[in-house]
Amino acid sequence: MSAKRTPRALTGDDAVGEAMRQINPDVVPAYPITPQTEIMHHFAKYVANGEVDTELICVESEHSAMSAAVGASCAGARVMTATAANGLALMWEIVYIAASTRLPIVMNVVNRALSGPINIHCDHSDSMGCRDSGWIQIYSETAQEAYEHTMMAMRIAENHDVLLPVMVCQDGFITSHSVERVDVFEDEDIKKWVGEFVPKYTLLNTDNPHTVGPLDLYDYYFEHKRQQMDAMEKAKGVIKQVFSEFEKFSGKPFDFIESYRLDDADTAIVALSSSCGTIKDVVDDLREKGQKVGLLKIRVFRPFMPEMITTALKSCKGVAILDRSASFGGFGGPIFTEVRSAFHEWKEKPHIINYIYGLGGREFTIKHAHQVFNELEEVKKGNLGIKVRSLGSRE
Amino acid sequence: MSGESWKEIPIGGVIEKAGNSKEYKTGSWRSNRPIHVPDKCIHCMICWIVCPDCAVKAKDGNFSHFDYDYCKGCGNCAARCPKDAIVMKTELEAQKEDEK
Repeated sequence: MSAKRTPRALTGDDAVGEAMRQINPDVVPAYPITPQTEIMHHFAKYVANGEVDTELICVESEHSAMSAAVGASCAGARVMTATAANGLALMWEIVYIAASTRLPIVMNVVNRALSGPINIHCDHSDSMGCRDSGWIQIYSETAQEAYEHTMMAMRIAENHDVLLPVMVCQDGFITSHSVERVDVFEDEDIKKWVGEFVPKYTLLNTDNPHTVGPLDLYDYYFEHKRQQMDAMEKAKGVIKQVFSEFEKFSGKPFDFIESYRLDDADTAIVALSSSCGTIKDVVDDLREKGQKVGLLKIRVFRPFMPEMITTALKSCKGVAILDRSASFGGFGGPIFTEVRSAFHEWKEKPHIINYIYGLGGREFTIKHAHQVFNELEEVKKGNLGIKVRSLGSRE
Repeated sequence: MSGESWKEIPIGGVIEKAGNSKEYKTGSWRSNRPIHVPDKCIHCMICWIVCPDCAVKAKDGNFSHFDYDYCKGCGNCAARCPKDAIVMKTELEAQKEDEK
């Protein structure tokens, strides 16, 4: 029997604040003003009301927020934080250190554009920029998913075969500030599900003192990086396990990807996060008209699952990858380059093009999804035209 | 590069034993080597005071030897020696002389 839940009207920020309240982490360091979102606004209220036991550390910058998170995690605390956009950019240096020191910090990222020019609206340039930092990245389509992903992230990060930090992403404003129905679990059930954190190392263990973050030159650094690669490989098994346990708990299936009407699809769109909801509507619409179209939603971008993605798209002749971030001077956006490369060995593979879209909060509507599926009709015949296109910019 | 495999070492650069910095032989960084000239030395021990790595070893209050496992070859000792009793040689030069 799945756990009891109560429907509530929450924004994405509310939902994550609620998840954090239920997880009740030991330490949450956060920078208390812009670019911080309402996640921390809600959570600070729970701390002030005594609803959680968390030590909330209000620091002077995001660089300090991640630094304090690293320190607390080294001490053996369960640590969470949240950020967005330029806040994440300012954390940059320590984001890498958290991953390489193997600290299971869970951070909610509200995906917003990196300035400049100054912009606060949704795109994925913030988290995509740190896709190689060694953090697991999970992208949420809805507030409900952001809530559930946060619960699962805790268990994935803290598994001793993984011990990597996890970023749970949701779309800025589109998800973070829009009210949706979110089914919230009971506090007691979540407490049990998340469980006690058992750190592998703790600086407070005075019986066995150890050193963290030492100098690590050409003689050992590579081996530590090799371990991080291995941890990402192991994370694949652990994430699968946590998904299946969460399914037992909640009654809802989860996977690294979500295939939406892909089984016999001729053409498909690959996308992350909130745009997937819009695309699903268009897929339903076109399916009713007899067009064989589908959607592949990538939920877990790090670790990346090449075989799973190519297999899901195997019936397709034309595929459009939607990237909500630009890689200036690169061959398309980050999702495009990886998905396209995953198909390299395949003899019969779809024609694949890339759309850069939605930058700085530019709207993505059903009109745009229709445009992509229309253009795929030519692409699937092998008439690729421009391989990296721009969707929704004024030409 | 010799040493343990990535499978054998603690994760995240953690060092599980305390008090192990002496196992890190920083002398391998050295490109210049201080050489002691006993005939000129008056055992004032200024070299012992200025050495940042405790690599000047004393015995009974007198200069004994350099600990080349930890001497990084900074040359402070030679620069401050009032009697020119320490000369700096390049490692290459010093190693060639060792071989003779």
